[in-house]
Amino acid sequence: MQLKSNNKQKKNWNVILKQNNWTIEIISIILLILFFMPIIIVLINVGKADNNAIILDPLGFPQNYFTNFINNIERILTHRQIRYFSSFGYSLLITSLSLFAIGIFSSMAAWVLVRTKTKYSKMIFFLFLSGLVIPFQVVMLPLVRLLQDITNITGIQMKETVHGIVLTYIGFGAPLSVFMFYGFIKSVPLEIEEAAIIDGCNQRQVFFRVVFPILKPIFVTMLVLNGLWIWNDYLLPVLVLGVKNPVQTLPLSVGVLAGLYTKDWPLILTQVILAAIPLLILFLFVQKHIIKGMTSGAIK
Amino acid sequence: MKQNILFGNSRRAQSNRSFWLFLLPSLSAFVIFVIVPFFTGIYYSFTNWSGLNTGNESFVGFDNYRQILNDPQFGFSFLQTATYSLLAVVIINIVAFGLALLVTQNTLMKNVYRAGFFLPNLIGGLVLGYIWQFLYNRALIVWFEPSLIAVGETSILGLSIVVTWQYAGYIMMIYIAALQNVPQDLIEAATIDGANAWQRLKAITFPLVAQAFTIALFLTLVTSFKQYDTVVSLTQSGPAMQMPVWFANLYGINPITVQSTEVITYNIYETAFVRFQLGVGQAKAILFFILIGVIGGLQVYFTQKREVEM
Repeated sequence: MQLKSNNKQKKNWNVILKQNNWTIEIISIILLILFFMPIIIVLINVGKADNNAIILDPLGFPQNYFTNFINNIERILTHRQIRYFSSFGYSLLITSLSLFAIGIFSSMAAWVLVRTKTKYSKMIFFLFLSGLVIPFQVVMLPLVRLLQDITNITGIQMKETVHGIVLTYIGFGAPLSVFMFYGFIKSVPLEIEEAAIIDGCNQRQVFFRVVFPILKPIFVTMLVLNGLWIWNDYLLPVLVLGVKNPVQTLPLSVGVLAGLYTKDWPLILTQVILAAIPLLILFLFVQKHIIKGMTSGAIK
Repeated sequence: MKQNILFGNSRRAQSNRSFWLFLLPSLSAFVIFVIVPFFTGIYYSFTNWSGLNTGNESFVGFDNYRQILNDPQFGFSFLQTATYSLLAVVIINIVAFGLALLVTQNTLMKNVYRAGFFLPNLIGGLVLGYIWQFLYNRALIVWFEPSLIAVGETSILGLSIVVTWQYAGYIMMIYIAALQNVPQDLIEAATIDGANAWQRLKAITFPLVAQAFTIALFLTLVTSFKQYDTVVSLTQSGPAMQMPVWFANLYGINPITVQSTEVITYNIYETAFVRFQLGVGQAKAILFFILIGVIGGLQVYFTQKREVEM
């Protein structure tokens, strides 16, 4: 008897939930469209011929949309100071080199810090942790000077070079990455590594053949967090690479364009789309990894 | 004993060498590019380092810090940064929590909504600022005149909205993770006992996601304080405005014209690279560091008090 009435209650609840879900579904869709409004308005306006068309009717859909849009794209792709393809290439090169180096070096450091229990290893770990609370602004002025000093003393060019900025990214990426790898490696059972040692591996082989493959999930998190930061970074490239120099990343090229054509909105917006599109396309394919990486990174 | 096999006492010399070899790349880059500048920076903040005398600066004691405390524009920068951050933290977290509640309902396309609300987070701060400068000054002006970022009094609200658009989807993800950990049987039991939606939210959900609130508040507060890229492209620290009378009274001066969105990070950059007072800029940066440390510490302390142990 009781079971029956319980079921009945449940059924009523399901009906109510179902009705509710449609309202929620519609609210969600409306909110999502509202959230995308900025992008939609930008997409409307990249198809306008010049700024006058925007001033006359900023929200209207233009005539000859595609002709104008393609024309704007062409102006950017062939522009000598914007150098879209070269900027894209440098962004890709700097981001991937930095990610590769941060990933390998930070995980190496984290591994020996977990597996050695000396007062040094504790101290060094806390030194890395202290880097988490240092805002970039606190070190940026001495850093610029230091890079110049390194060049003066050793003759190695640090500013305006790819290796210069990649080396700085390794340093700035270390705290968070070491911290995340440290937490993960702590949960990896030691027995696997012991077995490898007994089988005759040396420490290098233990790390690269046994430990490294286990790190895959946290490696993805690290790639996402650092990748988004480095790809979109503006201030550090401004200081290390400078503006209008041969080595130029995508955010720098956006800044250059906006400085050159302060009033040419169709052109600026086209460049905005061209700068944002590579990551958005990537997001479509590896959406799950990006969201999971960002979230688990924050919770740790 | 277990440690002995990997980095054992018997092979101390060799394992010591591998210990440092494994550490070397990461540690040296970190020390050279972060730790060394941090400490030399503390020294520079006590010198008259300027663009012209680099290498020949001399020690000036607390002169830079004294100058900063008497600088109304820096004080105003601090006020605006704090106000804007407070605004942004409140708006971002309300929007993010609301969105999280929405997309944890049993809807058909909840994964689409999640990805969609998260999407603006992928756009860099600089690019984002140009998008919104256009929206405020050229597009939304059809309905809202004057635009939010054209008037000094409302410009920080304009900035907060932009940061919310960028960041709410990310914070939403943190709340989603927390909401999914709330046991459903607790909610059901409360429902059967006659609790309405608001009572369930207040008595069950809020206490159980308190830890997520700590993380999210901390993240949003620090991120808002450190905002720089978006200001560069959205407002270039403008528009100019007359400082409020009560604020001018603090300095014992008549109200002067100040930049309404010149946040602390922007002020530091201006001081160093436009006015070439690098020593003063560095002293501001040190104050900024202390400020972030104190706020972060306090905030974590206060919110952790309210957390419920699961």
